[in-house]
Amino acid sequence: MSDPSGPQFLDVRSYRRKRIVDAAKLLPVIGSIGLVAPVPFFFASIGETGQVVPLALYFFGLWLVLIVLAFVLSRILLGDPAADE
Amino acid sequence: MLSFNILILVATLYVCFLFAVAFMADRRARRGRLGWLRSPVVYTLSLSIYTTAWTFYGAVGSAVRNGLEFLAIYLGPTLVFVGWWWFLRKLVRIGRTHRITSIADLLSSRYGKSAFLAVIVTMLAVFASTPYIALQLQSVALSFSVFAEASGGEGGPSLNTTALWVAAGLALFTILFGTRTLDSNEQHHGVVTAIAVEAVVKLVALLTVGAFVVWGVASGPADILERIAAADISVKSASGSRWVTLMVLSAAAIVCLPRMFQVTVVENSDERHLATASWAFPLYLFLMSLFVLPIAVMGLAEMPAGSNPDLYVLTLPIFHDQEALAMLAFLGGFSSATSMVIVAAIALATMVSNHVVMPVWLYFSHTSVKLSGDVRNVLMVSRRISIAAILALGYGYFRFTGGSGALASIGLIAFTGVAQVLPALLGGLFWRGATRRGAVASLLAGAFLWAYTLFLPSFEGSWLMPLSVIEHGAFGLDYLRPRALFGAAESDPLVHALIWSLGVNALIFVTVSLLTFPAPLERTQGLQFVNVFQHSSGRGAPASMAVASDDLLILAQRIVGSETAVALFRAAAREQGKSGGMPDPTREFVERLERELAGTVGAATAHAMVGQLTGGATVSVEDLLAVAEETAQIMEHSVQLEAQSRELSRTARELQRANEKLTALSIQKDSFLSQISHELRTPMTSIRSFAEILRESDDLSPEQAKRYSSIILEESIRLTRLLDEILDLSVLESKQVVMKTESGNLSAIIDRAILAATVAATPDGKRPLLIERDQSAEDMSIVCDLDRLAQVFINLISNARKYCDAEEPALRIKASRDKTMTVVDFIDNGTGIAEQHRDIVFEKFSRLTDASAAGSAGLGLAISREIMRNLGGSIELLRSSSGVAFRVAFPTAQPSAANSL
Repeated sequence: MSDPSGPQFLDVRSYRRKRIVDAAKLLPVIGSIGLVAPVPFFFASIGETGQVVPLALYFFGLWLVLIVLAFVLSRILLGDPAADE
Repeated sequence: MLSFNILILVATLYVCFLFAVAFMADRRARRGRLGWLRSPVVYTLSLSIYTTAWTFYGAVGSAVRNGLEFLAIYLGPTLVFVGWWWFLRKLVRIGRTHRITSIADLLSSRYGKSAFLAVIVTMLAVFASTPYIALQLQSVALSFSVFAEASGGEGGPSLNTTALWVAAGLALFTILFGTRTLDSNEQHHGVVTAIAVEAVVKLVALLTVGAFVVWGVASGPADILERIAAADISVKSASGSRWVTLMVLSAAAIVCLPRMFQVTVVENSDERHLATASWAFPLYLFLMSLFVLPIAVMGLAEMPAGSNPDLYVLTLPIFHDQEALAMLAFLGGFSSATSMVIVAAIALATMVSNHVVMPVWLYFSHTSVKLSGDVRNVLMVSRRISIAAILALGYGYFRFTGGSGALASIGLIAFTGVAQVLPALLGGLFWRGATRRGAVASLLAGAFLWAYTLFLPSFEGSWLMPLSVIEHGAFGLDYLRPRALFGAAESDPLVHALIWSLGVNALIFVTVSLLTFPAPLERTQGLQFVNVFQHSSGRGAPASMAVASDDLLILAQRIVGSETAVALFRAAAREQGKSGGMPDPTREFVERLERELAGTVGAATAHAMVGQLTGGATVSVEDLLAVAEETAQIMEHSVQLEAQSRELSRTARELQRANEKLTALSIQKDSFLSQISHELRTPMTSIRSFAEILRESDDLSPEQAKRYSSIILEESIRLTRLLDEILDLSVLESKQVVMKTESGNLSAIIDRAILAATVAATPDGKRPLLIERDQSAEDMSIVCDLDRLAQVFINLISNARKYCDAEEPALRIKASRDKTMTVVDFIDNGTGIAEQHRDIVFEKFSRLTDASAAGSAGLGLAISREIMRNLGGSIELLRSSSGVAFRVAFPTAQPSAANSL
């Protein structure tokens, strides 16, 4: 949230940090979509025989991506003591 | 084969090790050397109590039964932690700023420190957590029994006995380390450290078993993948809706579960730890679930048919004679179970003692906080009893259900129960319009629906909910079937229950919040919670400062202990710039103290206690109304005073005017007296002189004597007339005269007046007065005192005769009338009256010219004015271009009256 009384244009550092925060906020949204959206497709395409491996690999893979992204973002945000909005 | 006794020994040693760890950590913390005790790693590991024995053992079972479904339970929390910037950061900030001690405390604080809300959440948490604790006891007992069977089934204790021992041991541990201190921030360093150790143990155990399965039993990852693809593990029961439901449930549980709230928010010592946990905790979950599928597949392939898939983690190593590995797996499961039970017991005991026991005790102690015994002791005892009671409940539940039911389903039922808190929690953190009534209504509705659609049917028929109700609905009404409410065609009871309970819950929450109005305290709290990042320093409700610091110190000592309280007060005094002694009970200080106390006894209770001393810190609407009423009274009073003062000053002004008038009248009277004596004196002097001459002179001729005596006579007549006039005037002025009412013709009256006025001889050297009249205009009937009116006319006509200085004096008499007044004007053709004399012509004894004064006392016009005033009319001097113009006006008689007369 931007402070209405604040300056209209931020310096590059602040601007960059705000975009990092945006990314941090976006991450769970993307994660949710990634984890939920293909589910009907998968459940429909996988038959009784149980082709479970590709589905499992997809979920674990996405999971790992989320963890890595969260790691990167948290490192950047941790380096910013004034990351409060 | 591993002997059961060795297992007991190892388990006991492990427990002793945990005791030692907890003890050391507590000692370090008390010495203030927190160091690594408060590192993000320990924080993240403590979060691992999310993975209970249900996960440790049950995930494999779930994978066997429902395929990939177990992943959803981990992915929900992953999303919450990855999205920490949205929600957890705010939650933790609020928890730290407001010294929140539990989820019940959080909701109670947010919604105006409502004690009732706290009780509801506490009850819900206890109901939802009891089966969960039973589940942990069951898993430990089961794992013991597995070893007992493996070691030949010789002399192994029954499940119940094991569970009882475990429950007792856990109660002891929890009481020892969970209620060691009543820290104002409710942090348990010993417990948290022990849990972190356990977290490592269970992760290592599961990873080791997994690695053994992949590389020891199977021949590497590729082989495992092939086996998984070929295995009978399917996703057939995992529908899309169930997948989403599980993710939502687990995401809700990670924040709503009392034990998760305890480690995430209450035990958090640094917000920055959350940033680390945001990736480290998902990583932990990732690792915990990495080998679930391989173990499930290998278990299915290797283990004899009919063996419990929930215990594959344990039975696979035993099957392959890996004793040490089996022992490690056992310790992992043991750790999972115990750490969960310990934290859950602490969290629940905090809630129960703060929100149920303390308020009840305060209510029944009947004495004020200040005079009662040590609150600290009561709190400690109630915590300990609560812990024991909660574990007893869990054990009772375990005995009641006879260890039935798959582990996972009990866990999900508990998740759904605590998820009912979610709407009120989210609303409270992000929506200022959320009200206490909305939260209470939503929680009650959600809890009821959860119990009806999920919790009670889970017993599969008992006295609480018979089978007939489950199958045919309550009262035999088909649309009330718990698993198909209003004919909802959802085959999965969990999805059905979640949609109904959480849906209705959220709907009621929003609707009631929109319709109700929050109390003042609720609104301030809501503002602080929703905008926590704007004012983290926190400004509470205004507290009355009519409280002595001594009283607050006594209260604080009772709750947080003497040393802490004294240190707190010293620090506050230093902050206020005092070298020693007591700090002033400023608002900031009282608020801070209240928060400190809230850390021990909960916000509502602390508020009530401080409120008792500060004389009602809660600003209720009633208080505000009372204040408003008082203000209104004061304002009314001041208005009255103002009116009185205005009245007084008006009276004073009137008195002053009256006084001025009296003074003027007195002066007038004096001058009147002096004038009248002068007027009387003149004729008297001449009478006396001529009387003396008549007496003294003997040689007076008869003519002379006659002349002198006639002068005396004239003067006497003049004197008499003067006295008559004065008398007449005084009678008229005092308004004691009664005017006659007679009718007559105006023209006749004027005739009479002219005759009377002109009967006397015309003064010397003057031409007789010419009178112009309009007889027809005068011809009107009047009702009046005709004699008095004639007297006025006579006066005016004689004045004209006397004073008109024209060559050929003439007087014009003009009469007219309208509805109300009859007017007669007397206008002569003289030079008129000078401007400066106009004001005094009607005054007594005023004669404008001495020359023509003879025979007049100057009372004529004054008398005329009084007569007209008595007749209800007036006489005035008109401003005319030439001559003197007098206007006589008197009321026109009413036509009816005139006609009748």
